[in-house]
Amino acid sequence: MMARNIALVVLQAVVLLAVSPFIVGLIRKVKARLQCRLGASVVQPYYDLRKLFRKDVVVSSNASWIFTATPYILFASTLTAGLLVPLFVSKVPLGFAGDIITVVYLLALGTFFLILAGLDAGSAFGGMGSSRVAIVASLTEPAMILSIFAVGLTAGSTNLSTIVHKTALLEGIVTDPPPHLMALAALFIVTLAETGRVPVDNPATHLELTMIHEAMVLEYSGRYLALIEWASALKLLLFLTLLSNVFAPWGIATEPDPLWMALGGAVWLVKVSGLAVFVGVIESMFAKLRLFRVTDLLGVAFILSLLALVFFYTLRG
Amino acid sequence: MIQLAFLIGLTGYSLGILLPLLTRRCPTIQNISAHGAAFLGAMGGIGVGVGGLTAEVPYHVSIPSSLPLLTYSIRLDPLSSLFVLLISVCGAAVAVYALGYVREFYGRYSIGALGSLFNAFLLSMTLVVLADDGFFFLLAWELMSLVSYFLVVTEHDKADVRYAGFFYLIMTHVGTAFIFLTFLMFFQETGSFSFEAFRHSAQPMPEGLSTLVFLAALIGFGAKAGIVPLHVWLPYAHPAAPSHVSSLLSGVMIKTAIYGLVRVYFDFLGPPFPWWWGFVVLAVGAISALLGVMYALMEHDLKSLLAYHSVENIGIILLGIGAGMIFQSYGLASLAALGLLAGLYHTINHAVFKGLLFLGAGALLSQTHTRNMEEYGGLIRTMPWTAMFFLIGAVSISALPPSNGFVSEWLIFQSLFLSFQIPDLLMKIMLPIGASMLALTGVLALACFAKAFGISFLAMPRSSHARQAREVSLTMRTGMGVLAFVCVALGLAPMLVVPALDRITTPLTGASIAGDLLSRGGLSLTPVMGEEFASVSTPALGMVLAVIVPVALLGAVVLGGTLRKRYYKTWGCGLNLTPRMEYTATGFVQPVKRVFSTIYQPTVKLETEFLEESRYFAKQRHFEVRIEPVFQRYFYDPVVMFVSAAADRLRVIQAGSLHLYLTYIFITLILLLLMAG
Repeated sequence: MMARNIALVVLQAVVLLAVSPFIVGLIRKVKARLQCRLGASVVQPYYDLRKLFRKDVVVSSNASWIFTATPYILFASTLTAGLLVPLFVSKVPLGFAGDIITVVYLLALGTFFLILAGLDAGSAFGGMGSSRVAIVASLTEPAMILSIFAVGLTAGSTNLSTIVHKTALLEGIVTDPPPHLMALAALFIVTLAETGRVPVDNPATHLELTMIHEAMVLEYSGRYLALIEWASALKLLLFLTLLSNVFAPWGIATEPDPLWMALGGAVWLVKVSGLAVFVGVIESMFAKLRLFRVTDLLGVAFILSLLALVFFYTLRG
Repeated sequence: MIQLAFLIGLTGYSLGILLPLLTRRCPTIQNISAHGAAFLGAMGGIGVGVGGLTAEVPYHVSIPSSLPLLTYSIRLDPLSSLFVLLISVCGAAVAVYALGYVREFYGRYSIGALGSLFNAFLLSMTLVVLADDGFFFLLAWELMSLVSYFLVVTEHDKADVRYAGFFYLIMTHVGTAFIFLTFLMFFQETGSFSFEAFRHSAQPMPEGLSTLVFLAALIGFGAKAGIVPLHVWLPYAHPAAPSHVSSLLSGVMIKTAIYGLVRVYFDFLGPPFPWWWGFVVLAVGAISALLGVMYALMEHDLKSLLAYHSVENIGIILLGIGAGMIFQSYGLASLAALGLLAGLYHTINHAVFKGLLFLGAGALLSQTHTRNMEEYGGLIRTMPWTAMFFLIGAVSISALPPSNGFVSEWLIFQSLFLSFQIPDLLMKIMLPIGASMLALTGVLALACFAKAFGISFLAMPRSSHARQAREVSLTMRTGMGVLAFVCVALGLAPMLVVPALDRITTPLTGASIAGDLLSRGGLSLTPVMGEEFASVSTPALGMVLAVIVPVALLGAVVLGGTLRKRYYKTWGCGLNLTPRMEYTATGFVQPVKRVFSTIYQPTVKLETEFLEESRYFAKQRHFEVRIEPVFQRYFYDPVVMFVSAAADRLRVIQAGSLHLYLTYIFITLILLLLMAG
């Protein structure tokens, strides 16, 4: 039992690490095609990572151990968060270690250290990125917690495994579509903001006036940058998994049986790829918002999740 | 066993009060005797606390006094024990720290008085939470307030310190008046000042009166705790005190108000409460939490920033307690226990990490002689230990897993989420909104401490003071280290804390939840409803994190070979980077200020003096940003104006003529005689 659980955890970690660069590559490919470019292959992010790992590291002489430790802390906290989310089997062995609130706060742990690292080198770019990430994170988190509550209410739980398991089996679920859809929309906006996508941030920019996340990690190079990029990809995959498995978990294995898990994994891959394509389309259709207009967008997310909550109760009477 | 601990505690504190006053002229001896004795006293206090938490029946002593209505009676039930333990643990760590810290006061201020008052302060706080008699409680409370006032004005040669002290003195007495009123109403009902009588009054209080008691206690204790809008004194008074005292003021003293609230509400008034009581507490908590952290973000004086965070954390504690009260109103006893337990857990955590952070701020202050964050920078290299301890405190207060702050905030989140069990629609919706406020508070706190740590400790030193800073003495590091260790332990070992807290909440709410709350042999926490519902395990999270980091290190080596690192200066767009080009604390929070400008009402003033030759080159610029002190302007200033105007009017009767005063006395006498007749 114990050995099987550990094996499942390790398997999940490997799958997450292996799939996440593909998702980034897929979004880039979709964007390129929509811009009538051929674009790089979807496996390009893997090459990028390998290249970065092999490169020398340049560290600012102003920086402290925080700068060196941050990539590892960020990588570890993001991956730990990923291990709490069901991918191909509804009940993850580490589910007891934390619920959805824990996932949110584990990601915040990484953000905290990234903000510090941004300030560490003493460059104004890093400080600017850190400052902007802080405000964007502040505005997304309330919407995220509320939308999660709205979803959690349906399953009567904040434990991801329980939510996914019950929804997959339609077990004891009294669901009305409107609150669910509102929460979904809210969480989607949160996803765009948290993972630094257009219209909140542009992952492809290096223009100092517009970049947010990229400004914060500007001083990083070599394997540190590789770890940070990989962690960002993991975070993106994690959010897409949340969107697909919390709102439409069907196809996921409800028992840890190898065949069903393989099927669940395939279905999951199709779902997150579909969402990635959608994110790519959204990124191509919209322009990046000015930083102070992001507030409005995130305000919408908050109101949507609040409405989801109100509707959940009122529709039930 | 408990008697012995009591004896040690009392002896320690008494020696600590007397010795420094008796040993004249030598500050070193005064310092060692005062803080050594305080440490002894605190050790006794720890014994008392642990003894009280494990004892089967509350320990009770009562000594009659010569005064009517007053009995010196103390009672050590689990609730009191917890707070005694809290005061003593923080007191012990702070006493060790103070050994090194007060050295900078040598020759400038009286170390004897400072040390003696320090002991009196610890003793009075301990008495407050032990008192089992209304009158005795008020005496101890007043003693605590006065002693803390004297400690706040230690540096009395500075005008702003005197102002802060005066402000504090007034506010604390307004609070005391309301607490007095609370107890008077109980006295009127029961005919006695003993807490035992309050607890088991013959007939339940009439509803109108109990509502008055509820409000009076909220205002009275709220003024000490620093709830919005009674918080305005706190960011003045706490930073004005010497840092080791600030640590006790913010970490421990305001917790006595939480003790008072729990005592009055859950123990004396007792459930069931009307539903709106809990809601009022919850709303006050949510507003305090949010506004506290928002004002903290704008603060660049490190100690004021921490003081505003105390307002925030008191708010978070009240969110838990308020949720508990709401559940109690609807008869959901085990959920009420969960809310109360979560609030108390956060009380402990806040005491420890806020104490730690204030000690850290004191260490910075002692080295740089400024509280302004914009003059720090790069201190992580010169003060690595202080930086490490401050970072632990910052991670904890930002509620990041697997820290202790995370555990208690998670429990509060869960109790707010469990509102779906309440049959009332309004509450079902209001509690999750409270949770979203808590989420916003949490992230803003994260941003604030990223700012505080990042600007203070990272990058390049921003002033010559910061460049010359050195690591602080071993005693100061030990004091901080102890609290940092307790912080980590409280986060990784909730299975030790929860059963102790359960012993407190069980008699107050009527439900024991430790069994439900701890599952998998104490490894994980599950809020009442079982693991299916929700669970968290900080030990497991810590372990997973601790496994992944070395795996990542190893993996990086496997993928890229051994690390080749090069150090080079930061790219400054072709210029040599100077500290003046670094991001400032003001700059860091500018987006927050802009987004929440409705709350801050900022005024920005930019004056530029141009060179005579050209309007394109500025000779000098003057930039000023100010946050509107909304509460002071619209709430306190009118009150102060009204009071002074009334005093002006009343001056008429103070003509300074002896005959007139004699007439007053005569009239009073006649009136009294008439009334008696």
